[in-house]
Amino acid sequence: MIRFDNVIKKFGHRLVLDRFNLHVKKGETMVLVGTSGAGKSVTLKHMVKLLKPTQGEVLIEGEAISATVGKDLQRLRGDFGFLFQSSALLQWMSVGENIALPLREHTSFSDEEIEEKVRSVLAQVGLEDAIWKLPAEISGGMKKRAGLARAIVTEPKIILYDEPTSGLDPVTSRTIDELIMHLKRDLGVTSVVVTHDMISALTVGDRIAMLHQGRVVEVSTPAEFLHSKHPEVRGFLDAQYISSDFLK
Amino acid sequence: MRITREPELYDPPSTATRRLGRQVLIQWKAVGRAAMFTGMGFLYFRYMFSHRNRHEVFYQMFITGIRSLGVLTVVALFTGMIFALQTGLELARYGQEVHVGGAVTVVMLREMGPFMAGMILTASVGSSVGAQLGTMTVSEEVAALEIMSIDPIRFLVMPRLVAFTIMVPLCTFYTDIIAVLGGGLVGYTQFGIPPYLYYDNALIYAETKDLWIGILKAFVFGVIICSTACYQGFSTTGGAVGVGKSTRNTVVISFLLTLIVGYIITRLFYA
Repeated sequence: MIRFDNVIKKFGHRLVLDRFNLHVKKGETMVLVGTSGAGKSVTLKHMVKLLKPTQGEVLIEGEAISATVGKDLQRLRGDFGFLFQSSALLQWMSVGENIALPLREHTSFSDEEIEEKVRSVLAQVGLEDAIWKLPAEISGGMKKRAGLARAIVTEPKIILYDEPTSGLDPVTSRTIDELIMHLKRDLGVTSVVVTHDMISALTVGDRIAMLHQGRVVEVSTPAEFLHSKHPEVRGFLDAQYISSDFLK
Repeated sequence: MRITREPELYDPPSTATRRLGRQVLIQWKAVGRAAMFTGMGFLYFRYMFSHRNRHEVFYQMFITGIRSLGVLTVVALFTGMIFALQTGLELARYGQEVHVGGAVTVVMLREMGPFMAGMILTASVGSSVGAQLGTMTVSEEVAALEIMSIDPIRFLVMPRLVAFTIMVPLCTFYTDIIAVLGGGLVGYTQFGIPPYLYYDNALIYAETKDLWIGILKAFVFGVIICSTACYQGFSTTGGAVGVGKSTRNTVVISFLLTLIVGYIITRLFYA
């Protein structure tokens, strides 16, 4: 579904992705973990062409998004929902208007149909009462859920999550994890989650990829990941006091 | 056109000449990019009354024009009054204070009207556009629009460009009228010039050409202010400090360009 083929990304002389290879299969949830600066968010931004590789290709269902422009890029981006770390809700619009925005822009639905659709996705993320509230009037966790509702309202095939639980309390973090799992189960979407939160990674991920210095150093299932001998993986797990029997 | 840009990193220049050369190239690139924003904004004018845009277009016109009327009224009234007073005092030394009306009207129509409206709208609306787009850029709202395949130029730039290009000339015309009225008030109370004489004198000196060139200037100023604010906003990096810098740059650059372009237009039509 998503494939990185020998992608190199440089900012000036700084090498951020170094012959980066990754394959995300259709319908799976791939979690990218790693220390800050390992290249996780840069990887995610390549998937929607917010960044372009210096060398190599990013393929979405066999099509090189890095080489597409105009209508083709618009069509490929239409397959994606993106949950930003900051939620990126437009501040002057209510939660409901934010969620309705992609529908108003890209569909010919009537106002009634749009409202029905907005209420339906808000119910999915448990935010029915926040439809008329402004982003500034809701909590961080609610913003994430509203951002998620906006990401799923167009029924995308792929959802990208950039730090979905960062800055949230543990209870809200687990609520977001449950939402991610629900979406995978109910909509059958392919997901890529970037996170530092190992509890979240082990809970939602079908596979976990560990990034270090711009390369994938380990890709494995959560169970295999917990027993990995790779020093970077061990260091990452130990730093969050995650023992190898966590999943039990 | 991509708005979300990758950071541009360069090696530190080895000599002062290279540093200067690089700065020239960077600034030249910025001018080109701002011109492209503006050009594309104009191309999207054809969508200004479409169902999904017209609400935002009218809202931006309201913010740019109607909300600025209060400050424009006060500034225009007092500028007209001050100008009439200063000119009148000098002319009175030669017994020619009756010409105050002509002096105030010509200066307002040709120069001060568009200039003052431009300055006030730069400070009040241009700075706010720079800050708003800057905040949207650093908080990834602009990137979110791009991922949703919503063109930020159509969605954000075009309504503001419509608002500036229509409302700056209208505000200029309004400023001219209020300032001339202010001048008339001083002419009557300070120098005893009857209102009919003041306006007869104004109409003798002022030409229709002055009004149209003033309006043309205001239109150009509107384009300059809006493109500067949008470019600065979209180029913002570095969080709150970056937003502050973009806002400041919007005001400073718009002021300077308004002055320079104002001179060029005057030179073209009057020299």
